[in-house]
Amino acid sequence: MSDLLAARSQMAMSLAFHIIFAVVGIGLPVLMVIAERRWQKTGDPIYLELAKRWAKGTAILFAVGAVSGTVLSFELGLLWPAFMEAAGPIIGMPFSLEGFAFFTEAIFLGVYLYGWNRITPRAHLWAGILVAVSGAASGVFVVIANAWMNAPTGFELVNGRIANVDPIAGMMNPMAFQQTLHMTLAALAATGFAVAGIHAFLLLFDRDNAFHRRALSIALLVSAPAALLQPVSGDLSAKAVARLQPAKFAAMEAHFRTGTRVPLLIGGWPDMDKGETAYAIRIPGGLSFLAFGDFDAEVKGLEEFPRGEWPHVPIVHTAFQIMVALGTYLVLVSLWAAWVGWRRRDVGADRRLLVALALATPMGFIAIEAGWTVTEVGRQPWIIYGVMRTADAVTPMPA
Amino acid sequence: MPDLALADVLAALLALSLNAYVLLGGADFGGGVWVMLATGPRRARQREVIAHAIGPIWEANHVWLILAVVLAFTCFAPVFARIMTVLHIPVSLMLVGIVLRGSAFTFRTYDDQHDAAQHRWGRIFASASILTPLLLGVCIGAVASGSVVAPTQGGFAERFVDPWLTPFAFAVGVLTLALFAFLAAVFLTMETRDPELVEDFRRRALGAGVAVFLASGLALLLSFDDAPLMGRGLMASSWALPLHLATAVSAIVVFAALWHRRYRAARLLAGLQVSCIFWGWVVSQYPYLVPPDLTVAGAAAPEITLRITVWALALGTLVLAPSLIYLFRVLKSGPAHEE
Repeated sequence: MSDLLAARSQMAMSLAFHIIFAVVGIGLPVLMVIAERRWQKTGDPIYLELAKRWAKGTAILFAVGAVSGTVLSFELGLLWPAFMEAAGPIIGMPFSLEGFAFFTEAIFLGVYLYGWNRITPRAHLWAGILVAVSGAASGVFVVIANAWMNAPTGFELVNGRIANVDPIAGMMNPMAFQQTLHMTLAALAATGFAVAGIHAFLLLFDRDNAFHRRALSIALLVSAPAALLQPVSGDLSAKAVARLQPAKFAAMEAHFRTGTRVPLLIGGWPDMDKGETAYAIRIPGGLSFLAFGDFDAEVKGLEEFPRGEWPHVPIVHTAFQIMVALGTYLVLVSLWAAWVGWRRRDVGADRRLLVALALATPMGFIAIEAGWTVTEVGRQPWIIYGVMRTADAVTPMPA
Repeated sequence: MPDLALADVLAALLALSLNAYVLLGGADFGGGVWVMLATGPRRARQREVIAHAIGPIWEANHVWLILAVVLAFTCFAPVFARIMTVLHIPVSLMLVGIVLRGSAFTFRTYDDQHDAAQHRWGRIFASASILTPLLLGVCIGAVASGSVVAPTQGGFAERFVDPWLTPFAFAVGVLTLALFAFLAAVFLTMETRDPELVEDFRRRALGAGVAVFLASGLALLLSFDDAPLMGRGLMASSWALPLHLATAVSAIVVFAALWHRRYRAARLLAGLQVSCIFWGWVVSQYPYLVPPDLTVAGAAAPEITLRITVWALALGTLVLAPSLIYLFRVLKSGPAHEE
């Protein structure tokens, strides 16, 4: 294994692990707060029990997330010292803010866990809200740093070196809004569907269990709207990628030759040497429309870029397809659940829906890992898009 | 040319967050040392007190280390890159220690109260609690000795091992471990009402205090050869004398306080003593962040980054300080009934 591959694998493993904990750490406090609010309104002790359980889950995840986050902050330097030396003065800003959000979350999580009998119910609920808000803020700041790697702004290149930096402009980079929105919705949808799926599964065997029914209803309240909004946010992201990272976009869509009225490929296996994608379903003009809102628009293919600047097309394309497929499933299940709920029927009593929900349990997380593969592998060979290659950032220390 | 004063302020804040980590995180690590060294008829009860004193939520103490890391790569990126490259091996091992320790502790708290499982997590937790401070100290020692230089030539060992595999670096490692164990033992005297256990921890605190004294003597002796710059700084800088005096005085008073069972005073003074030793190191190598070539001014980021960072820190403190005060008020109030 080359040193570069070793470094990339280590970083990928750490992030793949951390992203799960981070995502649940964003989603779970939202469920916890809703459960507490319902308990305060109805006095139903089941809601209190739910709030306490989800609070405990949040605490465990917070501790593990704190540890894996510490590791990641070091790994940035251990594996990519040249990247951090160049980028630190710009993307240090979102990381500093993330540190504060993390600290705020820790403090109010402490208040929440130890404050049940010590502060007023109102103050306690607000502590929970602050946990949820600061948890989401941490995620947003970290994703802003990642967005900067995709669409670097806030500096000038002088003789190939980063100079005249402006950290605020770096944070306001043109991918920041799209990526943070997409990731936050993903966190809510993935956590919500995981929780909903587990309780739906248990309801299949214990259909009148009030605890699982209430848990399911809260989880769906969070996950379904997030899943339904996700295609909109995905579309915003895709349009930004088409504009700012055309090579990544072409790899996502396995699109090799520049043309107009470009078809959208569903499935298929891209062959990088032949420059063709076999076995795909083609929707005429679909890609032109998705990228630029016009069926006749020209979309640049990978042929426009030197071969050395292509990401690994089969990985990016397949990961992208997996993300979209799973996201579509979650949208359909959300619509179904909304329909059942709207018809004033009990969501917890519809067995077929429960099966569909139980199947959805891991899907949000798989979609997140796939989407993150798209954004990271799709950016290669760059660590800072168009500015620094990953190979030039890796540590000189042999693996 | 970056604003000198501003870079110095940020370097001081960086040192301050490391100081906080040494005090708060250090006591947690030290707790693990005493889990390992729990002996006598009250062994199980000692471990119980320690586990109770460091709940998993205090993994949040790592925030100080993260803050130091973030400040390092934001404001002094070349320093961060250099340390992470040359000290790759001890820093990686230290991280392994942090991960094992944190996860072992969390699992131990939430896993079955089953003896075998508890025992296994306990062992991992304790070993990692010893390994991590040792390596943290090795890294500090390596930086202080001025051997962390840009790796441009030489073989693997010359570039990535020799800089930290020195007697001085390991002496600093042992000193760090002794300091953390000392802090933890002093803090633990106030974590239990059981007079027998308090006595146990008092004896441990006194023992660890002696270990600190011996280890710092050893480190100082070795520094003349291995870390000449620091040896000179420790002796010569204008700040050196008052700091040494403060260290010596607080060390003596801590001993007296422990001897006379004045635990509240001992806790305060132990923190002071450890901070004095820490700042003794910081001051001795100023203006170098990584001797012999990376200075505060030379390694500082562009001024705009420094200025925004200071603003971010100020704003963050404005939010955090009242929140923390609120947390402590909540914790101190009401019945100790908790989840």
